[in-house]
Amino acid sequence: MDRPIPKIIVPKASPFDPWLWTLAWRDSRRSRRRLFLFMSSIVLGIAALVAINSFGDNLARSIDEQAKELVGADLVVSSGKEFAPDMYRFLRGVGLERSYETAFPSMIFFPKTQDTRLAQVKAVSGKFPYYGTWEAKPANSVKAFREGNQAKKPVAMVDDALLTQFNIRPGDSVKVGNVSFLIVGRSVKIPGETAVTATVAPSVYIPQQFLPETGLLQRGSRATYRIYYLFNKGANVDQFAKSVEPKLDKAGINYDTVSERKRDTGRAFEDLTKFLNLVAFVALLLGCVGVASAVHLYVKEKIAPVAVLRCIGVSGKQAFLIYLIQTTLMGLLGAILGAILGSAVQLLLPEVFADFLPVKVSLAISWISVLQGIGIGLLITIAFALLPLLVIRKVSPLRTLRTSYEEDVTGPDPLQWGIYGLIGLFITGFAYLQTHDWKVALGFTVGLLVAFAILTGLGRLLMVLVRKFFPVSWSYVWRQGLSNLYRPQNQTLILVISIGLGTFLIATLYLTQTLLLGRVQLSASGRQPNMVLFDIQTTQKEGVSQLVQQYKMPIIQNVPVVTMRLAAINGRPVEAIQKDTAAKIPDWALTREYRVTYRDTLIGSEKIDQGKLQKMESPTDTARISIEKGYLQRLKLKIGDKLTFNVQGALIPTIVGSAREVDWNRVQTNFLVVFPNGVLEQAPQFHVLMTRVDSAGHSAAFQRALVTRFPNVSAIDLGLILRTIDEILGKVSFVIRFMALFSIITGLLVLGSSVVISKYQRMQESVLLRTLGASQRQILYINLVEYLLLGLLAAFSGIILSIAGSWALAHFVFETPFTPDVIPLLAVAATVTGITILIGLFNSREVLVRPPLEVLRAEA
Amino acid sequence: MSILRVQDLTKTYQSGGRTLTVLDKVNFELQPGDTFSIVGPSGSGKTTLLGLCAGLDRASSGSVYLNDIRLDHLGEDERAAVRNQYVGFIFQNFQLLPTLTALENVMVPLELRGEKGVRRTAQELLDRVGLGQRGHHYPTQLSGGEQQRVSLARAFANRPKILFADEPTGNLDTDTSAKVVDLIFELNREAGTTLVLVTHDLELASRTGRIIRIKGGVVVSDTVTARENVWQGRE
Repeated sequence: MDRPIPKIIVPKASPFDPWLWTLAWRDSRRSRRRLFLFMSSIVLGIAALVAINSFGDNLARSIDEQAKELVGADLVVSSGKEFAPDMYRFLRGVGLERSYETAFPSMIFFPKTQDTRLAQVKAVSGKFPYYGTWEAKPANSVKAFREGNQAKKPVAMVDDALLTQFNIRPGDSVKVGNVSFLIVGRSVKIPGETAVTATVAPSVYIPQQFLPETGLLQRGSRATYRIYYLFNKGANVDQFAKSVEPKLDKAGINYDTVSERKRDTGRAFEDLTKFLNLVAFVALLLGCVGVASAVHLYVKEKIAPVAVLRCIGVSGKQAFLIYLIQTTLMGLLGAILGAILGSAVQLLLPEVFADFLPVKVSLAISWISVLQGIGIGLLITIAFALLPLLVIRKVSPLRTLRTSYEEDVTGPDPLQWGIYGLIGLFITGFAYLQTHDWKVALGFTVGLLVAFAILTGLGRLLMVLVRKFFPVSWSYVWRQGLSNLYRPQNQTLILVISIGLGTFLIATLYLTQTLLLGRVQLSASGRQPNMVLFDIQTTQKEGVSQLVQQYKMPIIQNVPVVTMRLAAINGRPVEAIQKDTAAKIPDWALTREYRVTYRDTLIGSEKIDQGKLQKMESPTDTARISIEKGYLQRLKLKIGDKLTFNVQGALIPTIVGSAREVDWNRVQTNFLVVFPNGVLEQAPQFHVLMTRVDSAGHSAAFQRALVTRFPNVSAIDLGLILRTIDEILGKVSFVIRFMALFSIITGLLVLGSSVVISKYQRMQESVLLRTLGASQRQILYINLVEYLLLGLLAAFSGIILSIAGSWALAHFVFETPFTPDVIPLLAVAATVTGITILIGLFNSREVLVRPPLEVLRAEA
Repeated sequence: MSILRVQDLTKTYQSGGRTLTVLDKVNFELQPGDTFSIVGPSGSGKTTLLGLCAGLDRASSGSVYLNDIRLDHLGEDERAAVRNQYVGFIFQNFQLLPTLTALENVMVPLELRGEKGVRRTAQELLDRVGLGQRGHHYPTQLSGGEQQRVSLARAFANRPKILFADEPTGNLDTDTSAKVVDLIFELNREAGTTLVLVTHDLELASRTGRIIRIKGGVVVSDTVTARENVWQGRE
């Protein structure tokens, strides 16, 4: 009789099976260092994420805590024109205490050094700031300034950087308009101001009572009038502000409360940290690509032992889980290390962002950011590691009998596509969480894919080209170094991508910065104007023109400017349009102050797009104005529409007669709205004169004469603008460079780990070569050539991509010609290559130094 | 009752558009305790036959019954379970897990079955092959002969019904070979395991009770030698 067929008990593959953990642990013993090295490439990405998130968290908390110091007062009202008498009476009755400020740009003059510069003059009275402190050097100078103010002494506080720039010290004097002020201190920081604001417009504080004596403010001059309020404790400032909003709006007065400023500042920095988070995420993804490639190599090594395990009876799933457990644990370790490093790096960030921060950031460990960083890092690492790990499920036990068995680990695996999809979803999801915009999130994912694809393509192409055109006649060392790049299981491409991406980021930043500066410099060349004089009163027009000519400078343009506000469109008051949500005209377009000129002809930077420029036929005609083409569209206007302007109280009806196309790139006084002659001549106005000065010395001499004779007239030197733009771009790019550094270092870590991973292979090669008679020096050179070529390939892939990217930016966005400066790019390439060689050789030192037999025994 | 039954076993490969027959309708049957050799020149199909018998690969046609379980109907994980329950392996290149110590290598099949006291059992087996003191060494720290002895201990750890040995002395010098072969037969006899041996070495083959000779995938001879069935010998 047949006996019953024995039952087959298939062991269940569960990730919670303790034996799998034990085996994973035992198996990792001899490769833990290498496994950890794989994971090291994610450390920096996670560190960057955790650092940025923690910093963002701490910043948000600090903004919350120091909200009142953001404004320095409970409420601020501001207006671009002097408050009307009844409004002023009303505003004087509000709040517990008030400080007044009149701010306007003006030339200042330092008699000691005979230097002049455009500055923001702030005529102040009162005890502002009510919250936070006005940081100054020496510390008691603010007190001295206020006492001087009360004692009616002409004293001033001047921006610290401005004083440093001209080598002026407290105790020296500064001339503002007709009055000389004694400088009592350096203003370092005042609530609500950042170092960047100070760079754009350094401030000079003077007592308000001296404002009339300076003679700077005249009819039509541009100034901002502010009142800072202190309210009773517990007063509901927001409610009060809301209740007077209609009244203030009608008078064109803006207001700002603590909670509004808090919201705006918070939002701005949230946007910034989210953007930087995406940059950090790119570093993390780069690291993950490195992990995938390292795990791929690791898995290749593990295929033989897996086949043995399969023979003994381990199921495909169990084998897969053993290695998944290993990579997950190492990923967790990497993520934790990254989080620790990130929490440390965030201590540096206040320094990095110093010039942009409105508050002092108090630093603490943000546990939520740490957990988030570890979670995100671990998930994405596992997803990337899964790609090569999947192969393990399919390793055939037959490999124990046949070493050349290839069938099991090749061929498509549907799960692999699933994981690609998962990674795509994860990236898009992450980007969505940062941006809350699906389109942007998808754009980010696709953009990233394209960047990777292009870099991969470039890397491949360069590899093919180098191989194809490499001189056959070159020495053996060079040929061997080159062919090492193409050895089986090489990691050349992944290194070209990761180091290339870092190089791309740095090179693009550099190119864009020089592009923007180049664009301004271009305007400064040729016969284009490079100095603008403004705030010229009608009575000074002749005198200023004479002075310009006296200094043998040309009058390129001399135009009148009248300020006005929009009152109605086609008879409908702007207040009504503002309330109409269907109108879709941006608020700022309705409430802004328009600076308008009048003339009957076009200038060089303009051409007519629709309608035609029309003169006034008779003084009783309605004026036919000309509007800039793009602006016409934004205001949803067409030719023939009626606009009513409020010119300092007088309502002037107009009809849109034409639309002009304006080339804003030209240094010209360009205008959105142009009136015909014969309407605005009697309105309060000032004049702007454009001229060209050929040397810095000439410019300084002219400005000195100008400030002495016409103290209210300001001169902007294009050189000053260039310096300012350069400074601001420098500060912005420092932040981005700091983030790009994470990508570069990640690339180098990937390089380091890939060298160590392929060490055994390299040792075998080197031992073989030494057996065949190669000297140590020859082997060193072969390695050197390999890393040299690798570094060059990576650097040039990145640089080529960055030149293409910058060209596209120049061509499509800035519309300016683009010629990259080769020498700095070569310097970037040389640095990247140098570091690659150093890291490569450092990690290969064992191959070179230890005797071949010892090496083989130890690694076998 | 047979421990291994092979019926019309055929294995073909597609190569360059042609069908290559590596094994052609092979038939044989082994009883518990039989010792059996497969001999033949390189490329004759010996290893393919061993792989199919042990459930490492699937046949193109025909069937393999191991302990009355029809292998060609099973999935890979089920065949793995069969191997763990009934099969032991010895390989030409030892195939120890390089990251585990000798003792841990022997423990793996037992642990996989979820058995208790595996460390003690494994230590006993190592003692039995004369490597009791070397349990904490890694494979790279052992000589070829020692590695093969560890591999033997591992093969017998799960008390297999059948032991497959692929050129077990192929990588060993003559002296060591002789010792290892003696140990294989000794352990085999003690455990009453069926032995399937693939070898070039006719002298080694002659120590088994039955020899089949393969050439070009076809069995050209099937000889019963004077050797006894170890199972019957014990009874």
